[in-house]
Parts: sequence; C-alpha cells; structure tokens
Amino acid sequence: MNHVLEVRAVSKSFGANHAVRDVSLNVERGELFALLGPSGCGKTTVLRMIAGFETPDRGDVLLDGKQIAQLKPYERNVSTVFQNYALFPHLTARQNIEFGLRHKGNAIGDLAARTQKVLELVQMLGKEERFPARLSGGEKQRIALARSLAIEPDLLLLDEPLSALDPKLRKRVRGELKDLQRRVGITFIIVTHDQEEAMAMADRVALMNKGILEQMGTPEAIYLRPKTRFVASFLGSVNWRGEYGVRPEVVRISPTAPRNGARSHRAQIHSSLFLGNCFHVEARLEDGTALTAEIPRQDQTYLPGENVHVWWHPDDEIHLPAAS
Amino acid sequence: MNQLRTWFLAPARLLTFGFFLAPLAIVVLYSFLTRGTYGGQGAPFTLENYTRLADPLYLEILVKSFWIAILSTAICLVMGFPLALFIARSGPQWRGTWINLVMLPFWTNFLVRTYAWMFLLRDTGLINTAFQGLGLISQPLPLLYNDGAVILGLVYGYLPFMVLPIFSTLERQDPFLLEAAADLGATPWQTLWRVTVPMAKPGILAGSVLVFIPCLGAYLTPDLMGGGKSIMIGNVVQQQFTSSRDWPFGAALSLVLTALVMVLLWFIMRRGGKELI
Ligand SMILES: Nc1ncnc2c1ncn2[C@@H]1O[C@H](COP(=O)(O)OP(=O)(O)OP(=O)(O)O)[C@@H](O)[C@H]1O
Ligand SMILES: [Mg+2]
Repeated sequence: MNHVLEVRAVSKSFGANHAVRDVSLNVERGELFALLGPSGCGKTTVLRMIAGFETPDRGDVLLDGKQIAQLKPYERNVSTVFQNYALFPHLTARQNIEFGLRHKGNAIGDLAARTQKVLELVQMLGKEERFPARLSGGEKQRIALARSLAIEPDLLLLDEPLSALDPKLRKRVRGELKDLQRRVGITFIIVTHDQEEAMAMADRVALMNKGILEQMGTPEAIYLRPKTRFVASFLGSVNWRGEYGVRPEVVRISPTAPRNGARSHRAQIHSSLFLGNCFHVEARLEDGTALTAEIPRQDQTYLPGENVHVWWHPDDEIHLPAAS
Repeated sequence: MNQLRTWFLAPARLLTFGFFLAPLAIVVLYSFLTRGTYGGQGAPFTLENYTRLADPLYLEILVKSFWIAILSTAICLVMGFPLALFIARSGPQWRGTWINLVMLPFWTNFLVRTYAWMFLLRDTGLINTAFQGLGLISQPLPLLYNDGAVILGLVYGYLPFMVLPIFSTLERQDPFLLEAAADLGATPWQTLWRVTVPMAKPGILAGSVLVFIPCLGAYLTPDLMGGGKSIMIGNVVQQQFTSSRDWPFGAALSLVLTALVMVLLWFIMRRGGKELI
C-alpha cells in the first residue's frame, strides 16, 4: 500500500452547517494532489483536519497507515503553508526557518546546514537576515515554503498558494512549485478554486462541492469522463442538450453537412468573436436552442446570420442525466 | 499646507508648554533657591539642596523606593500577563465584560479604595477578626503597616495599567501564528514562550513603565498602608512641601527623581524598546 495519506469518510459540521460530509481521499506518496472546488465547499476544512487544526466529527485520517485524526498538530509530521503565510514577524527569515528545526532535536551545525539547503531550494539565499515586513509577497511565500520544507514533513499542505500573488507571477510560480515538488519528492496537497491551476499542476485532482467529494482522478480522467454534471461544468463549459452535453471545443462548423457519422444540425450563426487563439461562436439551432463552439483560428470565418451545419462526433458527447 | 500644520499643532504646543515645560521651569528655579525662615523661598541661589541629597538617610529611602517599585512592577507583570492573555483569548462577546471589570476600580476614588483595604487588613479588620473567630490564630496577623502592605496596595492600584497595554498587543496577534507554531512542532507551552511573549514585548514594556513610574513616586499608598513606618521617596517629597515647609529641597528631590526615571527610560528604549514609540 503506497498511500501516504488516507482520509476515510470524514465529516465536520460547524453548528448546523455541514462543512464536510463523508469525504474520502487517498493520496499517493510523492504526488502533487489538488483539492479543487468552488468557494465554501469545504476544501480548507478538509486541509485543516489533515493538519490537525480541526478534529473530524466522524471518520478517520491515516498518515502512513497510522490513525492521526485525534493527534495534535505538533504531534503529526505534516506541515502547512498558510494562505497569509503566517511568518513570525519578530523573527528573521532564517529564524523562521529554524523555528521548526529546533523542535526536532537537531544539532546546531545540522540546523545551519539544513537552513542553507532549503534557502537554496527556494532561491532566497542572501535575504535570510531580513524580517518578514521587509519581504515581498512572493518572497514571504518562499520563506513560508522553506520553513515547511525544512522539517521534512511526510505531507506538505498548501492553502491557495497562488491566490495572493499577482496574475503574472501566478503562472510562473505554478511551474516553479511543481518543479520544486518533483525535486524534493515530498507529497504536496494544494487547495485551489481555480480549475486551470489544478489541472496544470496536479497529478490527481479531487473535486468537491457543498462539502461532498464529487470525483477524484487524473486531470484527463475527470475532464474527459466526469461523473456528474457539476464536475463537467466546473472543469470547462458544456452545452447541455437534454440527456447529454458537448464541450464547445469538440463542436465543428461547416457550410455543408458532413459526410462521416457525425451528429449534425442545421444552424444559424448568431455571433462570432475572435479570441486570438480561436473563434468563440454562438449558433442557434433549428430547434431554437443555442450552442457555443470554439473554432480553431485556421478555420473559415463565419458572419452572423450565415446558415451553417454544426456537428460533433458522438464519442465526444458527455452522457449524464440532468439530475446528476 | 505647512501653515495648516502649524495651526493644528498649536494647541498641543500650548499644552506642552503650559502644563509641562512652564511648571518644570518653576521647579528647576525653586530647587536652586534658599528656604525662608518661615517657609517660602528666596535668594541667594545655592546648590545646597542637591548636596543634602547625599545624606545616607535619603539614599536609603531612594534605594528602598526603587526596590518596592521594581517588586510591585514584577508582581503586576506576573499577575497581569496571564490575565491579559486570558482576556485576549476569550470570545469577543466576553472580552468587553472582562476589560470593564479590570477598569471597574477606577470608578471609585483611589483614597476610598485604599481605606477599604485598610479596613480589611488592620488588626481589628475583617480578615483578622474572621481568622480569630474561626480559631485559626490567637494574635492578629501583622497585615498592615509594613512593606508587604505597601506592595499589595501598589499592585492593586496599578495592575490595570499592566493588563491593558499587554491585552492590546495580544489582541492584535494573528491567530494563524499560533497554528503555524503548532504546525512546526511547538507545544502550546513552547508557543507561549517563543511566539506569544516575544510578540507582546511592546505591551510588556509599556505596561512595566506605566506601573513602575507611579509606583516609584507613590506617596498615598505608603503613607496609609505603610503607616509612616514604610516610607518611600514620594513621602519625603510630600513632607518637604507640607510639614517641613522646605520647597526648594522638595523641588530638588523631585527633580532628581525625574532625572533618574528619564535615564532609566532612555536605557530601556535603547535595549530594544523601539516598539514603545
Ligand atoms: N471555524 C468555522 N466556524 C464556522 N463555520 C466555518 C468554520 N470554518 C469553515 N466554516 C464553514 O464551513 C464551510 C466550508 O468552509 P471552508 O473554509 O472549508 O471552504 P473553502 O472550500 O476553503 O472555501 P474558500 O475557497 O472560500 O476558502 C463554509 O460554509 C464556512 O462558512
Ligand atoms: Mg479556503
């Protein structure tokens, strides 16, 4: 069994608010796991139960096969990078990093060497004598990360690690974080509400909604084979057509009916927007329904009012009953 | 812009001058004058008021006053920090209640409260009569008119000045820092010493200064609870202005005391009290 973490049917309520209901997860050693979902769905609560800041009302949390749900945060070898970084303002960057090492019974020489190593890992050498107030947001995050990495946790938890960064920096840090995770080989669990971020970074994703785990799997698996309409819609847009849906990027448009076994409908172009890498086309089908398509830039341009055929391969349809 | 600034600062300047600098100048002047035969003061200018201070009698009282003030401040800190921590950690709906309770004594005159303590502590007071009634003691305990009683009175009087500044620094502490400490393996006790206390340092310093200074200059408490036996420097100053009718010497004494306090404050600020200002 190679699961570093197993969460078994945990539930947590705050008063009458069922924040997390019957959530089960398993996280494999060395993977980057993303906990994804809309705001308020319970991601942070799950993370806090893994870290030990909340105790589940029901269910088990197993780290390396050992029950930890009732252990205090300082009794588990799990570390969190907080959303606001929570650096100690009265300590320098170096002292922040050493804080955790001192509790693990390290020799002083060893301590300096390890601090040096993690500072190097996060590329913060030379800024270690600064106080947090004198670090930028991105630098604070690196120090928070270094502080957690220094204690060599079995599991590193990151709550919305990119949300406080400006959008330009976000994409770069995303790559750096993934790269760092591969190099250190520590299992990361990242909480995010951004599906693109989750898909781009994670080996596997767990998607939550209203306290419930909707689906868990590789980004491809959950994108291509969603189990519920919520999953399908959260990960990308879908044209729902009764019992099934089609994603805009699988819809094709041509002036004449296609000859292959495609599902084809007559339609009229309603609008066509050039988005740089593609055209965003709204079409109105004969039965009056609207359909969105994303057409490659290389395709022919269509003008509003033009009569066309829209089509797609039946294999690309997502068949899910409306109630799911 | 600059004119506006001048006008806005004018009242503060006037106040500083009228209520602080001008009286101080008068005190400085008096301290160099000679005492009149029937009270009052006048020429010639002299340094005698300062040289008289070298008398071992006054030095002894000064040293003792420092000791009593230091001890009272330390006791206030040991009692006040846990109290401030308790209030800061209690729910927001309770905090106001606790703070009001801490400040409640201010609603009654300090003199009246000191007399209340005397009624409790004296030989025929509540505590001694109760203990004697219960047969626990045969002779009344010497609870009043000693150094211990003075320290008790000072701690009682100035404890709120320790609690309030510490509370205000603790209240502002980010609760995530406590979680971060636990996350990094620190037990609650280690977190207290390595995060909570160091971060409350500005409040601890401010509280200690606010308690220490009035304790050093106290005269009412040592007068009443010390019963004249446990005399502090404040009582000596008071005597010069009242029974001894030696205003110049009183002025010199209080100036020396002020100078000592200022040197001490300067020292504290240099030793990491930059957060204080
Ligand atoms: N300490 C608490 N007391 C009361 N309710 C809470 C507490 N913590 C979380 N909740 C509630 O539990 C639910 C889940 O919250 P949680 O913080 O886990 O959501 P989230 O998925 O992390 O959301 P976001 O993306 O906005 O951070 C929310 O309805 C929230 O209001
Ligand atoms: Mg959250």
